[in-house]
Amino acid sequence: MSKNDNWKIWEVFIRSKNGISHKHVGSLHAPDAEMAIKNARDVYTRRSEGISIWVVPSESITASRPDEKEPLFAPADDKVYRHPTFYEIPDEIGHM
Amino acid sequence: MSKEEILNMEARFERYVAEENKVEPKDWMPEKYRKTLIRQISQHAHSEVVGMLPEANWISRAPSLRRKVALLAKVQDEAGHGLYLYSAAETLGADRQQLVEDLLSGKAKYSSIFNYPTPTWADMGAIGWLVDGAAIANQVMLCRTSYGPYARAMVKICKEESFHQRQGYEIMMALAAGTPAQKKMAQDALNRWWWPSLMMFGPTDDHSPNSAQSMKWRIKRKSNDELRQEFIDKTVPQAEFIGLSIPDPDLKWNAERGHYDFGEINWDEFYNVIAGNGKCNRERLAARNKAHDEGKWVREAANAYAEKQRVRQQKQTSAA
Amino acid sequence: MAQASEKYVLRLADNILILGQRLGEWCGHGPVLEQDIALTNIALDLIGQSRMLYQYAAEIRNDGSTEDDLAMKRDVFDYYNCLLVEQPNGDWGKTIVRQFFFDTYHYYLQEFLVNSSDQRLSEIARKSFKEVAYHAQYSAEWVIRLGDGTEESHQRVQSSVNDLWTFTGELFTPDELDREMQEQGIGPDLDVIAANWNKKVNEILEIATLQIPEETFMQSGGKQGEHGEYLGFILAELQFMQRAYPDMKW
Repeated sequence: MSKNDNWKIWEVFIRSKNGISHKHVGSLHAPDAEMAIKNARDVYTRRSEGISIWVVPSESITASRPDEKEPLFAPADDKVYRHPTFYEIPDEIGHM
Repeated sequence: MSKEEILNMEARFERYVAEENKVEPKDWMPEKYRKTLIRQISQHAHSEVVGMLPEANWISRAPSLRRKVALLAKVQDEAGHGLYLYSAAETLGADRQQLVEDLLSGKAKYSSIFNYPTPTWADMGAIGWLVDGAAIANQVMLCRTSYGPYARAMVKICKEESFHQRQGYEIMMALAAGTPAQKKMAQDALNRWWWPSLMMFGPTDDHSPNSAQSMKWRIKRKSNDELRQEFIDKTVPQAEFIGLSIPDPDLKWNAERGHYDFGEINWDEFYNVIAGNGKCNRERLAARNKAHDEGKWVREAANAYAEKQRVRQQKQTSAA
Repeated sequence: MAQASEKYVLRLADNILILGQRLGEWCGHGPVLEQDIALTNIALDLIGQSRMLYQYAAEIRNDGSTEDDLAMKRDVFDYYNCLLVEQPNGDWGKTIVRQFFFDTYHYYLQEFLVNSSDQRLSEIARKSFKEVAYHAQYSAEWVIRLGDGTEESHQRVQSSVNDLWTFTGELFTPDELDREMQEQGIGPDLDVIAANWNKKVNEILEIATLQIPEETFMQSGGKQGEHGEYLGFILAELQFMQRAYPDMKW
């Protein structure tokens, strides 16, 4: 940290209601996790957007690299047998 | 990368955004695209934060408790919007503290509309109605901007802003339907805010050198003049509805164009305010500097406490 | 059925309107955006709560008065807030200490009012209590952070504790009206509130490595309408529009 009055960045994830996963909504600054939660409540749930909050220090997130996009994700594209439409079932059977 | 390779990448990038694809933080992007975005997003963030001041000026004096809570909530939203935007700029590798320091030193710009004063309560109406109205026209366009985090911040902001303009217009409606003193107050505010609001869209297209590139990169999606015309066409009937008159003798409906024609904007005034000669330029920057300076010990203390807690917890775990 | 007196309801309302008004002064000037937003949230809660109380007081008065009439048209001697809430914001630390002292009192007060024999007060308290519980937690955490932060923050916040201590006695000193409300089960026994408050404040100040001030003279009078000089200026702003443009709709 370059300056001692600079608070670190946290990524904020909110569950809008039970039954739905936490979703990334943005980031904010806070000195510690406790305040990050409170800040997230004040910044990102002013209009009752959430019932549960996760905060994660941004520096703790490891992201895949965009230039690895092809080796990471392209191989899945030709595995059509993983999708239901790959298999032919007579119409008479109905939905399966 | 060789120069040729970079040019190749840039051409590919332009095709990519032209096909309405979104750019995400870690994707390759031309250095100028990144810089343009950081500049534009941070200016936008600064505008939200400085924009709190002219309205905060009336929180303590709002004429009713209902108006007071609405105004407080609105100014608070602006802090939130500044925060969302700084967050978007940070995904590009910018540091909020540095961006703020650029604002405080006068190096970075913010929307010059906020250098106009708010001497009367009607200014709260005029700002909500006109300034937010103009801002919304711009922001709706930016919901489809090519940079993902910026577009997502804009979507959130637009959703929240919808109450801001209604709040302002409702204030104006109440004044316009009130006593002669109230109506005078409303008309006076409209007179002062109309032209500066039109200037918010920036110089005319033939004097806006960066616009073309921004349009190519799909950062901007409509030209300054297009947005300005949209705003005028939408706002004139709203003024008529509450019986206030737009302070422009040349304003009239042009059936052929399907738009309102309007008078010449005083661009000298625009550049003069940008140059620092608005009524409140000094006060605005001074207020931001004061808040930042006087907040330093608070931010430091919170960090120091967090660090102490971290060490204590470490000791506890290693002892266990 | 028990009903609070108008004056008692106004006391409750005035406290939080004036504090909310003070907190509103921070909007746009906070030490960091996140805290600007946080403090404004508290201001919004408090002013929102005061509106419910003013509406109730207006009903008791039953002469066509509105919440705004009560908030905007009474002069200093008819305002019954405690002296603590009219004290100036000072630096962020002073605002936090003022908030902590008040929130802790407000928490135990609301906890009682949830079961007040006055049904309306009880309903209002049920709505407010969750907000107030959050405020109390928020300001206590900040007292700890500042007290146990840097040397500078420790000194600043200690001197605010010392400065504001003299305004805390009034919160717990019952007058005739307090006793009357207590007898009817409308208001709390202030001795009980004081004991809870002292325990909590001691606990938090200790964690914050701050000293409890020695016994000092306790100021009083606010809740009887005897104020210092600050309230007049607060009202000058709060009431400006209603005074300059009487009887208009906004």
